[in-house]
Formats: sequence, structure tokens, C-alpha cells
Amino acid sequence: MAQIFAYILHKNGVIDDTARELLAVARKIDASATPTALVLGAGSELASACAAAAGAYAQVWKVDNAALAYPNAEVVRKALVKLVPAGSIVLMAHEHFGMDLAPGLAIRMDAAFVSDLVDIEDLDGGLLKAVRQEFGGAVHSHVTVDLSTGAVITARPGSFQAKEEAAAGGQVADKSGAVEDLAGRRDFIEVVAAEVGDVDITKSEVLVSCGRGFEEQDNLAIAFELAKAMGADVSCSRPIVDAKWLEKARQVGTSGQTVKPKVYMACGISGSFQHMGGIKGNPFIVAINKNPKAPIFQVADVGIVADVLEFIPELTEKIKEGA
Amino acid sequence: MDILVCVKRVPDTSENEIELNRAGNDINRDDLVYSVNEWDNYAVEEALRIVENAGGSVTVVTVGDEEAEEVLRREMAMGADKGLLLCDEAFEGSDGMGLARILKAAVEKGKYDLILTGAQADDGAGQVGGMLAAMLDLPFASLVNLIEVGEGKLKVGREIEGGNQEMNAISLPCVLSIQTGINEPRYVGIRGIRKVASVEIPRLGAGDLGLDAGKVGAAAAKVKRLDYFVPEMGAGAEILEGSTDEIIAKLLELLKAKGGLK
Repeated sequence: MAQIFAYILHKNGVIDDTARELLAVARKIDASATPTALVLGAGSELASACAAAAGAYAQVWKVDNAALAYPNAEVVRKALVKLVPAGSIVLMAHEHFGMDLAPGLAIRMDAAFVSDLVDIEDLDGGLLKAVRQEFGGAVHSHVTVDLSTGAVITARPGSFQAKEEAAAGGQVADKSGAVEDLAGRRDFIEVVAAEVGDVDITKSEVLVSCGRGFEEQDNLAIAFELAKAMGADVSCSRPIVDAKWLEKARQVGTSGQTVKPKVYMACGISGSFQHMGGIKGNPFIVAINKNPKAPIFQVADVGIVADVLEFIPELTEKIKEGA
Repeated sequence: MDILVCVKRVPDTSENEIELNRAGNDINRDDLVYSVNEWDNYAVEEALRIVENAGGSVTVVTVGDEEAEEVLRREMAMGADKGLLLCDEAFEGSDGMGLARILKAAVEKGKYDLILTGAQADDGAGQVGGMLAAMLDLPFASLVNLIEVGEGKLKVGREIEGGNQEMNAISLPCVLSIQTGINEPRYVGIRGIRKVASVEIPRLGAGDLGLDAGKVGAAAAKVKRLDYFVPEMGAGAEILEGSTDEIIAKLLELLKAKGGLK
């Protein structure tokens, strides 16, 4: 069995939740695997991240290089190509950094690439059978991945359950010498923080959230009327922001805000995993959608199969009457 | 600047409900409406805007069968100067790596300063841009939501978590995968489509591209899709039924109990 590596995301010396999830991915590929954590960075933050990774992984490879102080995928890829032996399996989380790094890494390693796995079924003769989702989660697919020349695999955050395990007491090996010149053709400049909007939806207790089902910008008025009647704020899904109907600060999801309301009214929202990834704290979710097969109905507490444009004005009216 | 934009024909999720076929092993393809992948459309728009400001040309390329020509024509109606259809039986069943290999051969047939792809597709894996860059040994950035053209390089913004934006300087030539929302793609009217209806679109096969047919297509694929399925889910939402008045009454009761009404 090929050696399995897990690329560990970390920030300010703290490792990401996906670090332990990747351990679960490795065990699903090979129950007897002893995966190695790859922790790249610079300075004291890196030292803290390595110590944290050693709590989960028996082996940690540390690479300390000033060029790695910010995780620039082009630079990290260069380092990994020098570091990881041919034929290995490299696991990483499927988020913006993994999407930036992984496909090109697979080419450089001459390895197979499969992205965004939500489950792994079995490994049979070097062929890994795994599960992905397509069309925004409307359907799943089984894929096989030929691991014979190694693989780069990204796993969807939150899909693999990290097990509570005793501290691994892992050994940290300094591999900084294996990578030297990391100068690339893409230089990190800065992170520009998201603009703050009129409302801070991360503090809202009740959200009326709008999706594609509103069809036209003018129709959003009925969401604002409902929100006003409920004493709620208005948030939205990605397509609404892409169309520039509402400002980015109102977008819920992995590429937008993380909200933790008591009640979340998902109106005309299909419920993609990117959207649901921005909803924390287990709120009471009401889904209103005219498509009875919308994935949102799998995760909502209560569902109403109806056209938001017809249902919402009636709901607003009833709330006003009762007030 | 001469820009190549890689586009893909996909089932249009805004026009179709994607569901399983009767055999339960594939999506139902009867009456499926196809269109250009949404992300790719933003990439074409961005290319057109760059060329409108800086001069140059926009070429759109796709790997597909004869029917894929319609998406090239649509993007040409938007304003792309040229289309290129990479079409060969040997290409069928290619995985992402195979597609990137085919596109690489097409890139090397021309001379481009910038290559754009969509960041992902509804039926894809978000992989071709990054692979193509690595094969061409060009710098790459994904999920790009801002491009500013500079001298021999670009300033690009990437969409990262929490609505934040990661700014990078990247040297040209390079490959970028474009995120939705970077711009507002222009509308394509019937007249625009008519104007390009008879423009000839060159077709290139494995031989034209100097590709070893054994390195692409189903036989070379390391990743294969076996089937589509819909897993057994948990109970899911309690669906409220009855007349609209009854539904609303029940919903209001629940909202009151959960603190959703103030």
C-alpha cells in the first residue's frame, strides 16, 4: 500500500477541523494506514500547528520556509513535488486552497486526481471506489480511481467523521532541507477583508434567506416585507449576489458569511452544500421551494412545497393580521 | 492580449430538473436542455472585457461532439473572435486529465498570453484549469473574481473563505480559472446568434493535434464514473400539507415556538 499523506490547513498556529477528517479519509482507504501529516509554513505559528497535528497523526513532516508563511498554492505545490515520494496518496480538504493546489499537484506527481469526495466505499486491487456529488447535490455518482501511480484526493469538509482518538503523540520530522528555492511566478500580495454591509447577518437571530426562486430582482421586495413582519433580516444564496441583486455581505455560505440564527427561512434556495456550510448552530430551518426534490428538503426541519412568489406574500399578510 | 477560453457544454440546471433515469444508473437525458457551463460564460465575458480595453483577440475552445459547436457559436455571438472544436471519437470518455491533455495540444497549436477556464462545472470536478497549467508549466490561480492587467503580469483576486479576497501578482502567460460573479455576462440576442450562424468553426482531431490516441479517452482515464444514484436519505423535512391557510397556521405555530416571530 502506498504511503498516505494529509496536507494540514492551519492558521495562526491552529489546525483546521479538516485535519482530523483527513485522518478518517485515510482510514477509510486503508484501515491499517499510518498517514503522515504534511505541515508547511514558517516560524512559531508553524511550530504550534505541528504540535497540534502531532496530537492526531503519529508522523508529522514539518517544512519551515519563509516563502511558506502564507499558503500560496503555487509555492506549496513546488514544495510538495520535492517532498512527497512518487506513488504516494496525498489527501487534502476540498476548499479554495485545495482547489488551487490539488489538480496541478496531481499532474506534477503523475498521479490520479479525484476531487470533492463525500464517501469512500472500498479499495479493491488498487482501484478505489468512492462517492461524489454532481449537479449541486441533486445526484450522487460512484467513481473508481486507479491508485497505481499514486493519487491526489480532495475530500469535502464535514463529510468524513473525525473519530475521537487518544492523542497520537506523533513525531515531528523537520523536512525543511528537502525544499529550498521556492520562488514562483505568482506572488501573494494581501488578503482584502469582505466589505461590511448594512446588516451583520452573522448576528441575526432570524433570517429570511432568498435564492434563485425569486426569479427577478424586483421580487426580493416580498422577502424584505416578510422579514420586516417577522422582525428578521434578509440574507441570500450565491446566485443572488452573483446577479448583483444584493450585496456580498448578505451571502450565506462557505464563500460568504457563516450565520448562526435560531430560525432560518430558506426561500427558493436549493440547498447546495456550499450554502449549507455557512449555517451553524443547528437552527430551525424552514424550506419553501416549488421543487419537491430540492436538496434543501433533506436538511430542513419543516418544508413547504410552494412557489415563494405566491406563498410569501400570503404568509406576510397572515403575520401582519396576527400582530 | 490573445486569450483562449476553454468552455464546456453541460445540462442546464436552470432549465432542467436533474434526476435519475428509470434504470437508476444515469441521469435522465430525455429532453435535457444543454447550455454553456455558467462559470465558462463569466470567463468569456472577462476575456472580452480585457480585449476591449487592451486589444487582442478571444478564442473559445471546447472538447466535444458536433453538438458542442452550439456553445462555441453562442460565445462567438457574445463577441469571441474565433471558435475551435476539438472533436474525435478517441476523445470520448476522457477524464479530467485526458481533457487537459487535449486542450494542452490545442494551446500549443496557437500562441496565447492568457488562458481562462471556468472554476468548475455542475457535472465536473473543478480540475481542468489547474491541470492544464501544470502540463503547460504556466502559473495558475483558481476561483478568480478580479483581474487587473499590468505590464507582463496581472493582479488577480481569488475568492477565499468568508467573502474575503486573496490578491496575487501573476506573470503572463498564465492560466486562470474564473469564479461566477466576477462580472455580469452580456446578453446574447437572436440577432447576435444569427450573425455567427454561418461562420465556419475549425475542427481538430487527435491526428491534427499530434495526440497519441492511447493517452486520451476512456482507456487512458484513471478516474471513471460508474453510475449516478440518489442515496437513501434520512427522514428529511416534515412537509406541511393542506390548504395554504392551514399550512400558514401550522407554520406560524412552529415559528412562534422556535422564536422566529418577534
